[in-house]
Amino acid sequence: MVLKTSYLANHVRNLKPSGIRKFFDATAGMTDVISLGVGEPDFVTPWNVREAAILSLEDGHTSYTANAGLLELREAIAKYVDDYYCVAYDPEHEITVTVGASEAIDIALRAILDPGDEVLVVEPCFVSYAPLVTLAGGTPVIVAAEKENDFKVQARQLEDAVTERTKAIMICSPNNPTGSMLSKQEMEQVARVAKKHDLLILSDEIYAELVYDDLYTSFAAIDGMRERTILVSGFSKDMAMTGWRLGFVCAPAEITQGMLKIHQYAIMCASTMAQYAALEGLRNGRSDMAEMRKSYRLRRNFVVESLNEMGLACYKPEGAFYTFPNIELTGMDSESFATRLLHEERVVVVPGNAFGDSGEGYVRCSYATSMGQLREAMKRIHHFVDNL
Amino acid sequence: MKLTATEIEIAGILEKDARLTNDELAKMTDLSVDQINQIVKKLEDQKVIVRYVSLVDWTKIDGHQGVTAMIDVKVTPKRDVGFNEVAKRIYRHKEVKSVYLMSGTYDLSVQVEGQSVNDVAHFVSQKLSTIEGVISTTTHFVLKKFKHDGTIYDSDDRDKRIVVSP
Repeated sequence: MVLKTSYLANHVRNLKPSGIRKFFDATAGMTDVISLGVGEPDFVTPWNVREAAILSLEDGHTSYTANAGLLELREAIAKYVDDYYCVAYDPEHEITVTVGASEAIDIALRAILDPGDEVLVVEPCFVSYAPLVTLAGGTPVIVAAEKENDFKVQARQLEDAVTERTKAIMICSPNNPTGSMLSKQEMEQVARVAKKHDLLILSDEIYAELVYDDLYTSFAAIDGMRERTILVSGFSKDMAMTGWRLGFVCAPAEITQGMLKIHQYAIMCASTMAQYAALEGLRNGRSDMAEMRKSYRLRRNFVVESLNEMGLACYKPEGAFYTFPNIELTGMDSESFATRLLHEERVVVVPGNAFGDSGEGYVRCSYATSMGQLREAMKRIHHFVDNL
Repeated sequence: MKLTATEIEIAGILEKDARLTNDELAKMTDLSVDQINQIVKKLEDQKVIVRYVSLVDWTKIDGHQGVTAMIDVKVTPKRDVGFNEVAKRIYRHKEVKSVYLMSGTYDLSVQVEGQSVNDVAHFVSQKLSTIEGVISTTTHFVLKKFKHDGTIYDSDDRDKRIVVSP
């Protein structure tokens, strides 16, 4: 019997693996490593939230929930989104509880894209965006946010990239990896482009609660945008619940019903105990969230100041828990910088180009780690830069 | 005393970690080192920051001896000075680590440290219960400290995250 050379589908074989994996492998076996490469909170999920999951198990809540998630949870999400984002969604028809925001993005893209449809993907961005567009049969069109604007995409750049096939704009603000957040005015300009060309905005708002200086505005709250926004969020970052894999997506009923079809066939429903935990988080988690936010803010300031002091130019990011210093001064590219820093000082940072070519010349330093670790990391990076 | 939001923030940060340098505090709060110096000095001068302490887990040290007792003390308050006079007579003893006025079934909660149970017993019978105004004492010995001042002793605080994630 002759076996095929490969059983993999072409579009999967051609999919580029994430550039981050390499650094993960490189640290294997190394000791005394300080990692600023982690894209998740250093906090453990607040105890009351963990306890709610334990209690749900004790009470025997071990079966499926409704496909869209526990109605109680969807109602709590609706209230939360209304209270803090000032947008009203119908919990019965416009909200889906997903396996992390990642699944939300996946089903959103699969629900809206026909083969060949284009999605404007603003880079630098989370590693999954462009691949998920491809997997959904669409064509990602990269729009590179410019460093001159602290990586805040400009409406004219989007305007320039729009074609007849453009279906949606994918945006994450506050952004991973840059930490930058669009101002309300900048969002309104992006919204104008969307309206003019009848585009959807796929808005990844997972870092909405981790904003340190200004008020947060949701894309869905921009005048006239609720009907063309798919609002993706979740509990991973603000509730320190990454491992629970729980997110949600709010969108107009037609889109939600489309996404729900994919969700019910592919996933059935999100984990039941995680849903009970999230419900507790929404009801009683604001003060924990505020504590964490306060702590991130202090650390952000510390890292930004320290990096600038050692000559690595770093704007002050408005949100998330990443700083994105420019390392061009060292004469190295992002990857060499990160590789040498790991081997010479045992500090992990992620090269900016892992998040898109426009991140070249930068590295992502997460400050979701303790002050003690950050202090030591800054000392080591300083030593590294001084001895080049 | 009225403090600004920033001064309160600095006090809160130092309460959690007194070893932060003024330079680090300046970076964390976006203030100049001069401003931090002034704020910290004000907090110290006004006794808002009373003292800088370390939390030491003495049980980790081989051969360490020592016991802690929490004593509920009932007191007859005195005219004009209430409980203050008795409290003062109690807290002046160096064995006494803390004294709180309580609501509920007793009046003063007194924390005492000694080398041995005998030490504490001696203090209670000879010194504490003989103070004028003290009606009764109930002594509870601490067997194990799990959490103190918001800090869990022996907590598993290893970072369980994978080293690099997107």
